Amino acid sequence: MSDLNTTMVNEYRSNFLKEVEANVEEGRWVKMCMQCGVCSGSCPLGPAWEHPPQEIFMMIRAGKRDEVLKSESMWMCTSCYNCIVRCPRELPITHIMHGLANYAHRLGLAPKMNPTRRFAKIFWDNIVKSGRVNEIELSLRLYFMDGFKNGVEKAWSMKDIGLGMLKARRLNPLGFVTHKGCKDTKGIHRMLKKAREIEDRRKGFAA
Amino acid sequence: MADMKIGAYVCQGCGLGERLDTKALAQVAQKEGKAHIVREHEFLCNAQGVAMIQKDIDEEGVNRVVIGACSRRAKAEAFHFPTVAVSRVNLREQVIWSQPATDEARELTQEMAEDYMRMGCAEAKKVVAPTPNAAVGTNKRILVVGGGVTGMTAALEAARAGYDVLLVEKTAALGGVMAKLFKRVPFREPYSDPQPTGVEDLVAAVTNEPRITVFLHATTTRTSGAPGQFSVDITTESGQTQTENVGAIVMASGFTPYDASRLPELGYGKSPNVVDQSGLEALALAAAAKGEPMRRPSDGREIKSVVFVQCAGQRDASGTHLRYCSGHCCNTSMKQAMYFKDQNPDIDTVVLFTDLRTPGNGEDFYRSAQKKGVTFTKGKVSGVEAAGDGSAVVKFHDLILDEPAATMAGVDLVVLATGQVPNSGVNIDIPADATDVDDKPVEHAVSVLNLTYRQGPDVPQLKYGFTDSHFICFPYETRRTGIYTAGPVRRPMDIAQAMDDATGAALKAIQEVENAALGRAAHPRSGDLSFPTFRREGCTQCKRCTVECPFGAIDEDEQRYPQFNEGRCRRCGTCMGACPVRVISFENYSIDSVGSQIKAVDVPDEFSEKPRILLLACENDAYPALDMAGVNRRVSSAFVRTIPVRCLGSVNTIWITDALNSGYDGVMLMGCKHGDEYQCHFVKGSELAAYRMSKIDDTLKNLNLEADRVRNLEVAITDMERVPQLINDYAAKIQEIGMSPFKGF
Amino acid sequence: MARKEYSFYPGCSSERLTSASNYMVSVEAMCKTLDVKLNEIPDWNCCGASIGYAEGGELPRHVMNARNLAISEQVNKGQDVVATCAACWLGARETKDRLADDPGLLAETNEALREAGMNLEYKGEQQVRHMVEVLIEDLGYDELKKPVVKPLEGIKFAGYVGCQTNRPFGIAGESFENPKYLDKLVEVMGAEPVEKYDQKVTCCGGALAFSEPEKSQAQIKKIIESAYDHGAEMIVTPCPVCQMNVEVYQGQINKRYGTKFNIPVTYYSQLMAVAYGASAKEAGLDGQVIRARKLEEIAAKSAGR
Repeated sequence: MSDLNTTMVNEYRSNFLKEVEANVEEGRWVKMCMQCGVCSGSCPLGPAWEHPPQEIFMMIRAGKRDEVLKSESMWMCTSCYNCIVRCPRELPITHIMHGLANYAHRLGLAPKMNPTRRFAKIFWDNIVKSGRVNEIELSLRLYFMDGFKNGVEKAWSMKDIGLGMLKARRLNPLGFVTHKGCKDTKGIHRMLKKAREIEDRRKGFAA
Repeated sequence: MADMKIGAYVCQGCGLGERLDTKALAQVAQKEGKAHIVREHEFLCNAQGVAMIQKDIDEEGVNRVVIGACSRRAKAEAFHFPTVAVSRVNLREQVIWSQPATDEARELTQEMAEDYMRMGCAEAKKVVAPTPNAAVGTNKRILVVGGGVTGMTAALEAARAGYDVLLVEKTAALGGVMAKLFKRVPFREPYSDPQPTGVEDLVAAVTNEPRITVFLHATTTRTSGAPGQFSVDITTESGQTQTENVGAIVMASGFTPYDASRLPELGYGKSPNVVDQSGLEALALAAAAKGEPMRRPSDGREIKSVVFVQCAGQRDASGTHLRYCSGHCCNTSMKQAMYFKDQNPDIDTVVLFTDLRTPGNGEDFYRSAQKKGVTFTKGKVSGVEAAGDGSAVVKFHDLILDEPAATMAGVDLVVLATGQVPNSGVNIDIPADATDVDDKPVEHAVSVLNLTYRQGPDVPQLKYGFTDSHFICFPYETRRTGIYTAGPVRRPMDIAQAMDDATGAALKAIQEVENAALGRAAHPRSGDLSFPTFRREGCTQCKRCTVECPFGAIDEDEQRYPQFNEGRCRRCGTCMGACPVRVISFENYSIDSVGSQIKAVDVPDEFSEKPRILLLACENDAYPALDMAGVNRRVSSAFVRTIPVRCLGSVNTIWITDALNSGYDGVMLMGCKHGDEYQCHFVKGSELAAYRMSKIDDTLKNLNLEADRVRNLEVAITDMERVPQLINDYAAKIQEIGMSPFKGF
Repeated sequence: MARKEYSFYPGCSSERLTSASNYMVSVEAMCKTLDVKLNEIPDWNCCGASIGYAEGGELPRHVMNARNLAISEQVNKGQDVVATCAACWLGARETKDRLADDPGLLAETNEALREAGMNLEYKGEQQVRHMVEVLIEDLGYDELKKPVVKPLEGIKFAGYVGCQTNRPFGIAGESFENPKYLDKLVEVMGAEPVEKYDQKVTCCGGALAFSEPEKSQAQIKKIIESAYDHGAEMIVTPCPVCQMNVEVYQGQINKRYGTKFNIPVTYYSQLMAVAYGASAKEAGLDGQVIRARKLEEIAAKSAGR
């Protein structure tokens, strides 16, 4: 992944704004921010962002590539879409934040231990596997991502919730085995592989 | 006045008949008001009621009409009898609508109404329908001073409306600042790209317009007279002078860019690569003439990076530089950044701003600049320093990332947005021989109009040296009737606004020449035919009237008596209020017409527990606010008797001493806000009144009365909730200090 | 033939023994009463949810949604696509809008779609709608009221709309800051909505309930606290993630903050099913982690009107 990062650094030199416009989902909107700060004030997890969206936009324009891409900030996005509906300039801020996080993750610059980044990866792998979410597998993978011992502790702390869900028949304890998913999983896998290829080609990610 | 015949009419409509004993009111008018004809009518403002009054005028010889109905501000068209004097008695808004509709309140409400009938009849005896001034000026030519976009537009608008125009331009060519621009900010959809200025077309239109006579290299070296009859000396550079007569003047003397050499910290003057906005226009024009891109002034190298510094020497709270925002500069910098981006998108253009201000469709232009890749960075620039290679380093405080020592290096060109300084001419509030803190004589600007008025050679200024003109209620109006300012001399503005402004001022000038020819007043007493006269025998030549007239309407004649230039007069009556010997009056407004109303009120004795409070209310704001309070049924004290006055400036202190002497318990004055943010329709009237009232304490002391017996208040037309509160608070105060000892004398 | 027919995208959490299975059960009961037929899109796949952005990226996410829509176009011709889950609706509709705006992205999407089975091509023929839209726009409050046989009298509900049913698309005619439809539905079912429920559109943390539990639970606490403060006995929501987050973490929040939260969190469809006379089981009330006893009581009563 760091190879891809080097490629991008070389390609865009100091122009981080251009890089974002070319490679980040909805990145072409970044230049349209008018710095009012309504997004930052509207974010439910606003105080948890080291650099709230308004600052992220400013940092992109100021060429602060590493500071943006290595930031934990975008990973605080809960996808609540409050910033989108309130932005007076109608910037798709949520998508830009998602896009930046995804780009940072692709380049290998995103903070390795960020729990949302790790969960997001587990989630995607989970749905791709069968085409549909396998909830029990998802939860247990999440709990056990930091090793067996931590996993047991984590699972123990969540046992009441799990039991509650089991009792309410909203969790399948045998999901590992019985989860069926889509019929055309092979087709889905081919389709997603192709999609990734096309996107990488378009963005110049492919070698 | 042997042939005086008063007709008094009492309306019973709008609830007046139910709430009041109109028969008793009619009797009051007849017995106490000495009305010759008295009639009640169930619906006075309808055609039948109006015809009834007209019939009395035509057949019975009624020449004073007293109408006891609604406010003078209502039904003005129905009750319009131009051949006779009309007194309106406000029984509706300020009696029945401002009093509770209860049985208990009936007695006091009736007393109020009866007093107002007495007052109306008393006024009617003291006024006549005014005869127009004979010495009117009928010249309808319009002089426009300044041949920039504002002046040219004003000239064209006036000419196209059918008026002859003289256009005087100081330089050798028409065009002004507009001719020195490469392009202008867009002024119509889609507001996305710089547009050609169109100055050639405008100049051609002016030059080809047969009604416009252009004087180039010319200035106005003497201006005298009044609306409809100004006399102006136009002197050309060669020294030739010709005298022309005009009816009105539009002053469009424009602006000068703020002197950027006062900003050495931003590098101006140190490096040719730091320019102001006009400097950038010059570079753009020169490059366009050669068909080349702009190049770095210092060494002709390619420009790769440009930084625009907004608010350079502007919005400066310290007062070292301009304190205000010039309004156009954000759009102008965006336009100039596009000069680069449109030619080569790879040129970095950064606008460093603290607050971007792009009102109206400027917002679309802002988006367009963003789309084109102009970078906007919120930061306060602290310095511009030269680097070795001819480029500059811009130091700034990044206000979003809160980095106090942010920098931008490798900048080839720095553009300072410095702002507009009005060409207002001489500040007449500073004496000609004034000195500064170092005892050096103050340097005065060159006069634009060279007025021969005793008040000084140019129009008065307000804030920051811009010419005085009320921004909402009466833009373009100056305190010199018939002279209108437009464009950046009036307030900072861009081309589009200047063109609107020019149109407005041209229309005001046209309105004025037409009014002047008929002897009619301009705003705000539009159409008033009265004008001030004075009793020469009584005048002590104290000059108070000449000094205090806000409009410079009064000069002195050879014998040092006041000489009224009626055409300049706005009929505010400030002279009347100023006159210590009370010799100034209008046919329809005088010391006597108000004084006799004050005296007509029935003042109950000390033991009645019915105080009387006189309220002198400005007819422009306070009186309408009182009416609206009534419309909204806000109750206020029944002990108040209100008399509308043209302006608090017309309030003569004799009215106050008369009122207190005749047993009133208190006097309130309600006028407009004064000061820099004034709302006085006669600009200085309420301020002068406040000054005079500050001196009334001595009078009160001499009468052995409490200072609270007189209260001067500022109100606005929107104060309909506040005005009754102010009245009730004052009534409570009077209750507290007790009844006046002067009753029954 | 049913009164209304839709191409149905149920989504992962609607399946048997998953987190929103009770939602699905109640939707079935509700639709049965309203004579609305839901034709499930065959072999539908996950929408990618919002959190899919991080690993999935842009095109793969759209391709996932386009597959469902393309199957729907092929199989359930002429029907609007309806989703019950907020995330499914949002993901599918986002894809529809984005592909409509960007012909390049559409071409790429179809290029990838060809790799899947069924000879799929996405054309953008069908509308993508949320179940609530269908109820309000296609049937209307009057029609929704007609089948009510057991008005939910005496229950005070806090209508928690949350994020993704409300933003960025929302229900037509509703404001983002204070949508009213949920309160109206509560009213139509004979219950009492909480006026001025100030956390109505607050985010519960979404997927971050897993990865950033402290931050999410601080949000959930606000949502529940405000419901209690305004006298609510239950919370009602249209979103599976909201429902789960607000319901199941109450125990942990109580531990963390010393609160004593124990408030049932239900779906609008459960209210409707009960009001329409369904049993507690048919309304999915057995799927509540915190039992909605007052609803169960009404469901147990015999219908009378």
